[in-house]
Amino acid sequence: MTEESLETYLRARRDAGRALLVPYVTGGLTDDWLAYVRAYADAGADAVEIGLPFSDPMLDGGTIQEASDRALRRGVTPDRLLDEIASAAVEVPLVVMTYSNIVFRAGAKAFCARLAEAGVSGLVVPDVPHDEAGSLSVAATAAGIDLVLLAAPSTPPARLRSIAEESRGFIYGVTVMGTTGERASMPDSARSVAARLRELTTRPVLLGFGISTPEHAVEACRHADGVVVASALMRRVLDGATPAEVGSDVAAIRRALDTQVTASADALRQALGNEGR
Amino acid sequence: MSLVLWGPGDDLAHRHRSIMDDPGAAGRFGRFGGRFVPESLVPACEELEEAFRDAWGDPTFRATLNQTLELYAGRPTPVTPALRLSAELGVTLLLKREDLAHTGSHKINNVLGQALLARRMGKTRLLAETGAGQHGVATATAGALLGLDVTVFMGERDMERQALNVFRMRLLGAEVIGVSSGSRTLKDACNEALRHWVASADDAHYCIGSVMGPHPYPWLVREFQRVIGEEARGQCASLLPCGTPDVVVACVGGGSNAAGTFAGFVDTPARLVGVEPAGGAAMTAGEPGVLHGFYSHVLQDENGQIREAHSVSAGLDYPGIGPEHAHLADLGRASYLSVTDDEAIAAVARLARAEGILPALESAHALAWVLRAAGTPELPPGSTVLVTLSGRGDKDADQLARLP
Ligand SMILES: Cc1ncc(COP(=O)(O)O)c(C=O)c1O
Repeated sequence: MTEESLETYLRARRDAGRALLVPYVTGGLTDDWLAYVRAYADAGADAVEIGLPFSDPMLDGGTIQEASDRALRRGVTPDRLLDEIASAAVEVPLVVMTYSNIVFRAGAKAFCARLAEAGVSGLVVPDVPHDEAGSLSVAATAAGIDLVLLAAPSTPPARLRSIAEESRGFIYGVTVMGTTGERASMPDSARSVAARLRELTTRPVLLGFGISTPEHAVEACRHADGVVVASALMRRVLDGATPAEVGSDVAAIRRALDTQVTASADALRQALGNEGR
Repeated sequence: MSLVLWGPGDDLAHRHRSIMDDPGAAGRFGRFGGRFVPESLVPACEELEEAFRDAWGDPTFRATLNQTLELYAGRPTPVTPALRLSAELGVTLLLKREDLAHTGSHKINNVLGQALLARRMGKTRLLAETGAGQHGVATATAGALLGLDVTVFMGERDMERQALNVFRMRLLGAEVIGVSSGSRTLKDACNEALRHWVASADDAHYCIGSVMGPHPYPWLVREFQRVIGEEARGQCASLLPCGTPDVVVACVGGGSNAAGTFAGFVDTPARLVGVEPAGGAAMTAGEPGVLHGFYSHVLQDENGQIREAHSVSAGLDYPGIGPEHAHLADLGRASYLSVTDDEAIAAVARLARAEGILPALESAHALAWVLRAAGTPELPPGSTVLVTLSGRGDKDADQLARLP
């Protein structure tokens, strides 16, 4: 990857009218897990989120819990996964998602430096809310890693403002009060999180949690700059789908976004006269 | 990757407060504590903190709680001199009898406090995790008393070893949900309760069972358990010529009966001792880390994966320890030791035969340390020692009967 920051990269693509698509894979889930990352990149992902599995994933529903457990049972460690990532030379930005104990165990400084060495450009730590992010965010900045913060439907306005200011890379808008996991429909709360964030910032706003189908992604991108798709893809991997098969799921979402969102977003921006956002 | 020299607590370490006091808005006990939860839960924690501050400063709330503890839960519990065992050991042994509190353990003190607080906040449901089932039973009881729905999460392994308590909870009208992930014990029940809380914080209060979890829980639970130590202090003053015991001992799972006990003695010269199970000794065998929303000592491997605890006692089978205990250890104000399963099992029988008191396996850990230390320089002949007997042993009878 280039030296460009995750945020610069995503902003440029968003500003060019593209709906951002960030698919997820649990690191080490299978022997050939990096093939999923490559398949996502080939299918038009704008970045790929890689989970470093943790034994006690508090914010994850059944699917990602199962994926984490399976990866841990295969004996993966954060260090070895980062080695593999470093040697993979993937063509899209990589964002690591993991829990705070994995980060603090290594030491925030050492961990962020290690991410940078491996070519990772963003970090999401769901159990470090912005009030606790102080030292981690200093360490991330020093290493050139964008620390992505989450915003939730329950986040009150003052907190949302701080999150919008302090998040780097993008803002991860959580669609529901709940854990990760496939859902049948997009909840109303998703729309308001995105709308409230967009009033506060020009930073890319991505919605995640429960986005399972191309239709959900299209719906989410009417309100936000992009989506993170995780459990729906991991369910497929757990059920034995190959990188090519899961890659084609991602390609289907990409196609839906390109044909159904970008045009309407362009029209909307023009109508609002704010293409310079 | 290098070892930790840097922890998340370093940020606020300078905000030192007096011992066992209000941990402030950041919820720090020295470098430990904090609120490491998903953003979705931060507003719920903030709401709870505010409600607790308000209630705890409100004489009406305190009066209602005190009255409930007295008329419903049977407080104050006595301090019983263990005369025969004292003679055998050559020390003066006093027992703070939480086994005599309603539902059979100290858990009821915390639960009545939280349930009254939940009702005051307008919540209609209580969520709880449970290990031994004592906290689950106490929560089911408080729910029945105050008309709140109760959902209890319990590891499937614990449901097997504590079948009686599962039955009791259901009899009390609670829903018990088995947790099949991870080690299928208390740690996994906590994960599941937290996940459930994220989705239901509007109408549900998460009634955490020990001095753990995100701020304000470690503080709030210690305050609700403080009654153990405060009563015991007064009772010791009238029972002992010297006024305070030389040593105060309690078992430590998450650390709530110990925190409540220590709170009453922290400003006396008494030595404070917390006893963990050898297979779940977070303080001595663990290292600083984050689990279930707080930064403290945690059993973990070199990569930061949480290790499973292994104790004969379901209530102590927890890989972490409350953050305030980590701070008390840092300060040297309390010391933490461990005893083996076998020592605890032997202590159950010894107390039963010498005093006619059948203690919970958890509580027997505290006693086991006294049995080991009495007459050694750790606890010289003639010492006075107060042990908090956190609960009664009926729940363990079936498990003990099946031991080889
Ligand atoms: C009787 C008894 N004692 C002690 C404990 C341990 O909890 P804590 O360390 O919070 O007092 C339990 C937990 O279930 C218990 O049931």
